[in-house]
Amino acid sequence: MDDNTINITIIDREEVEHPIEVPTDMNLNVMETAKASDLPVEGTCGGMALCASCHCYIISDHELPPASDDEEDMLDQAFFVEENSRLGCQIKIVDNINGLIVKLAPVD
Amino acid sequence: MIKTDILIVGAGPVGLFTVFEAGLLKLKCHLIDILPQVGGQLSEIYPKKPIYDIPGYPSVLAGDLVDNLMEQIAPFKPTFTLGEKADEIVQIDKKMYQMTTDKGTVIQAPVIAIAGGLGCFTPRKPPIEGIEIYEDKGIDYMVRDPEKYRDKTLVIAGGGDSALDWTIELCDIAKKIILVHRRTSFRGALDSVDKVMALAQSGKIDLITEAQAIGLKGEGSLSHVTLKTKQETKDIEADYFIPLFGLTPKLGPIAEWGLNINRGAIEVNTEDYSTNVPGIYAIGDINTYLGKLKLILCGFHEGTLMVQSAFKYIYPDQKLSFKYTTVSGVNAFE
Repeated sequence: MDDNTINITIIDREEVEHPIEVPTDMNLNVMETAKASDLPVEGTCGGMALCASCHCYIISDHELPPASDDEEDMLDQAFFVEENSRLGCQIKIVDNINGLIVKLAPVD
Repeated sequence: MIKTDILIVGAGPVGLFTVFEAGLLKLKCHLIDILPQVGGQLSEIYPKKPIYDIPGYPSVLAGDLVDNLMEQIAPFKPTFTLGEKADEIVQIDKKMYQMTTDKGTVIQAPVIAIAGGLGCFTPRKPPIEGIEIYEDKGIDYMVRDPEKYRDKTLVIAGGGDSALDWTIELCDIAKKIILVHRRTSFRGALDSVDKVMALAQSGKIDLITEAQAIGLKGEGSLSHVTLKTKQETKDIEADYFIPLFGLTPKLGPIAEWGLNINRGAIEVNTEDYSTNVPGIYAIGDINTYLGKLKLILCGFHEGTLMVQSAFKYIYPDQKLSFKYTTVSGVNAFE
């Protein structure tokens, strides 16, 4: 692994694990990473925390920045929201989330 | 029946601006949109967010851009069918299509421009197993007729404005309302939040927070909603379950119109944004082609080229001379 990449794992809705190497210097987030890997994430609003189509569960025990009010509000529109629910678009790809494991939430 | 030159499906920014470019060529437009207001995603998803890549505007709020577009196209007197879904297209003559909406409005036009963005905004359905079985048998995704719920027991789910507003509105009509929300706080308008909290305190409604509906039960029609709270999973008696979780775009009937669809988008020829069906074009976020970018400014360009082609399609024998607006001005329709 070179200096500017980290590894994360996205588990899809069929329980298949997708290990992904992601650059940390492109201002990416988890939603964009999933889309770029052709995983079934809509990302309808483009990352403004204004839809809930990138709802996912944080499986690993990483300490993430807490969800903003906007994100919490939007999670109200998602289904099967759990304690570990987040919007993928609000999780930035940065060095200290190396090893992050997320699982895509069910879609309607 | 409505007759027009170009029927635009979708009244988002791209559909709206296309009215202007069509108007310069003296083509009339009628727009149809499933949302009750114009502006598409800009009005529905992010009216208060700034956009920074509209040429000439260092920054413009999405809602203001919609207002400006409406002002810009006003001289060309567009007509609108709002709150209705473009449902069915039939070809009734060599160069004439007839579209019928889900509410029975009929529109005829030689050219159809699909500016449908992400598709039809439809209510978000909770992915509860077997939910389809109870649709129209106890589950409503929107409230159409409050009287339907007179003296009934309702479970309303959601934490936004529509869940709060309908709880307030229906609390004097229904026998009992149970409002279910996943958090203890609400994101709706402060006034509505206060009202709902007061209703809960006075016992007029049952407010169950930190809970989600996860199952449905009933023989033939709905009888119980299964709720999962932090402490327990329990069945609650209900005549109706009304999940109010906002709107989400779906391709909808557009997929049935015989167009070449590639991963949820309509394939077009970049010469004029025509589809595989003569007289039907697709512009903006709904189309796809090599190098496609889903940007409003690209959609403006697509609509502009599209109407040139539409003119030649409708009037193959007429010559079209290109004029700058600076030279010719904007000649409003009568």
